[in-house]
Amino acid sequence: MIAPLLEIEGLVRHFTARRSVFGRPTATVKAVDGIDLTLQAGQTLALVGESGCGKSTVGRLILRLIEPTAGKLRFDGRDVLGFDEKQLRAFRREVQIVFQDPYASLNPRMTVQQLLAEPLALHDIVPAEQRNDRVAELLALVGLEPRFAPRYPHEFSGGQRQRIAIARALAVEPKLIVCDEPVSALDVSVRSQILNLLTDLQQRLALTYVFISHDLSVVKHIANRVAVMYLGRIVEMAEADELFANPRHPYTRALFSAIPVPRPDARRQRQILEGDVPSPLSPPSGCHLHPRCAYAVERCMVERPLLVSDAAGHAAACHRWPELPAAPALAAGTAPSPSLERLMEKFARKTGVPAPAGVDTL
Amino acid sequence: MTDAPFTAALLKSADAVESPLRRALRRLMRRKGAIFGLAIIVLFLAIAIFAPLLTPYDPIVQSWTAVRKPPSALHWFGTDDLGRDILVRVFYGARASLMAGVISVGIALAIGVPLGLAAGTLGGFFDALIGRLTDAMLACPFLILASALAACRGPSLGNAMIAIGVTTTPIFVRLTRGQVLAVNVEEYVAAARAIGNPRWRIALVHILPNILPALLVQATLSIAAAIIAEASLSFLGLGQQPPDPSWGSMLNSAQRFLINAPWMAVWPGLAIFLTVLSFNLVGDGLRDALNPREN
Repeated sequence: MIAPLLEIEGLVRHFTARRSVFGRPTATVKAVDGIDLTLQAGQTLALVGESGCGKSTVGRLILRLIEPTAGKLRFDGRDVLGFDEKQLRAFRREVQIVFQDPYASLNPRMTVQQLLAEPLALHDIVPAEQRNDRVAELLALVGLEPRFAPRYPHEFSGGQRQRIAIARALAVEPKLIVCDEPVSALDVSVRSQILNLLTDLQQRLALTYVFISHDLSVVKHIANRVAVMYLGRIVEMAEADELFANPRHPYTRALFSAIPVPRPDARRQRQILEGDVPSPLSPPSGCHLHPRCAYAVERCMVERPLLVSDAAGHAAACHRWPELPAAPALAAGTAPSPSLERLMEKFARKTGVPAPAGVDTL
Repeated sequence: MTDAPFTAALLKSADAVESPLRRALRRLMRRKGAIFGLAIIVLFLAIAIFAPLLTPYDPIVQSWTAVRKPPSALHWFGTDDLGRDILVRVFYGARASLMAGVISVGIALAIGVPLGLAAGTLGGFFDALIGRLTDAMLACPFLILASALAACRGPSLGNAMIAIGVTTTPIFVRLTRGQVLAVNVEEYVAAARAIGNPRWRIALVHILPNILPALLVQATLSIAAAIIAEASLSFLGLGQQPPDPSWGSMLNSAQRFLINAPWMAVWPGLAIFLTVLSFNLVGDGLRDALNPREN
């Protein structure tokens, strides 16, 4: 087996939420509370979860944009946390990030030319006299016209800005790109374009993605492997197909049952979690989900369930998942009704285009 | 309705790029108050620079035949207690006032902005140190500092400017630091770090240009305050020294003759009023023009 590109072991990040008058922390948020991940080159790992579950923090920890409180982070076999300032800058040639909001992630006072030439100059990727050409190539790569280079970000639409942000990430020729909700700030119509661009780039440039999202339909479209997070911990991790076909953790099941199905006559057993997400300042003991879980027993309140992986690589952090009733067959329920399917097929034949990618339903 | 030609112009110049600076200038030019202020400032600047060419009299030479003459065809603004033409002295006084305003704010910017940038970007101990230093400076009353400086270095316009500059500095340290902290959490700063920028480059290339509007507005308003400060110091005898004219020192000599020769006080007072008003108008206009939420 090839060594993984990215290995995360017991990664922890606490934020101080309150301090006493003397500056001592009196309350901490365990934004990331001990997670383990491995990622093979060329794959896409999706991190999903509700807002506030720590998925974005994981993304920033991978780039060391914020420092972890504890844990190990290895990239290509090297210890990222041991890097000094200079090594860290070199590391950022290999790992890049695309942020959620393209309206916030581009410096409003720099032209596209300056934005894209900056990484080229910082890492001395191409000689100064060839930088303009490379900027044009990068713009073409993400589907923008090179004549846009002298413009400022405010002159572009959200989708175009996100393309610029992707071009900037690509400028350093990275191996791994952390996509932090790259489409959730975009219109639905633009979303699929950006997703297709990302998958296309992955194939052409052999990229590896960590794809952070709360949108399961997007994740299903793009990910090879999915990790579900709840309150700073990974509760379930599996290959995407396996996870969507056979969710084990009660939280994952509840997430899936919350996905709307575009069939008015759909009868599904919905698993609604009771109550709200507990305050991350004082998360519940044992399994974080136990106050909201229909299957919780006493053990769940006391003992933190470990993320145990089976032979196929499907891992769930639940004491009780083997005893739980089989999940309602999501895969079967996801197919549109037969008549709708026929209609879609006809439409696809007529126009010669396959069903729109990226907006497929679960 | 008014949109149609505008949109047409936009379409025409679709490939022309409008930089943020040019956009701000265009917006500024739409404001009557700002244009008025700018015109007055330019006028006073021209007067200060070309004062020798514009005036028939010498600002210093005294004349015993023309003491405290009311405004007339010969002396439009009248003369002062030593027989000097007030119009000429107001013109020459513009040099002292504008110089004091610009140079003292320049001193404050030169010290305050780097300190504020450092405090905001480095944080931690350095931030606390600079914070306490500015607190200490703010605790020191302006007039006491100015008189202390005058006492050790002798009263002069230069020392007055230093005193004004130093006392204005904490405002810029605080403003810069606050703005840096606000911009620091922007995603484009995180993106700049992610792309591999060293810290100093993030501060100078990514943060500074984005906080310049706020600094520019504050600088303009501070020039107005500095002109008043210079006038106050000169009025107290700590600024421009006689016989060289400055609006403040002219007011000082006028106060003894307020009843008999009110024109001695009116003209320099009016000049101060107009200049300060103009800088404030331009400052307000800039603040609106540089506001990204405005069109």
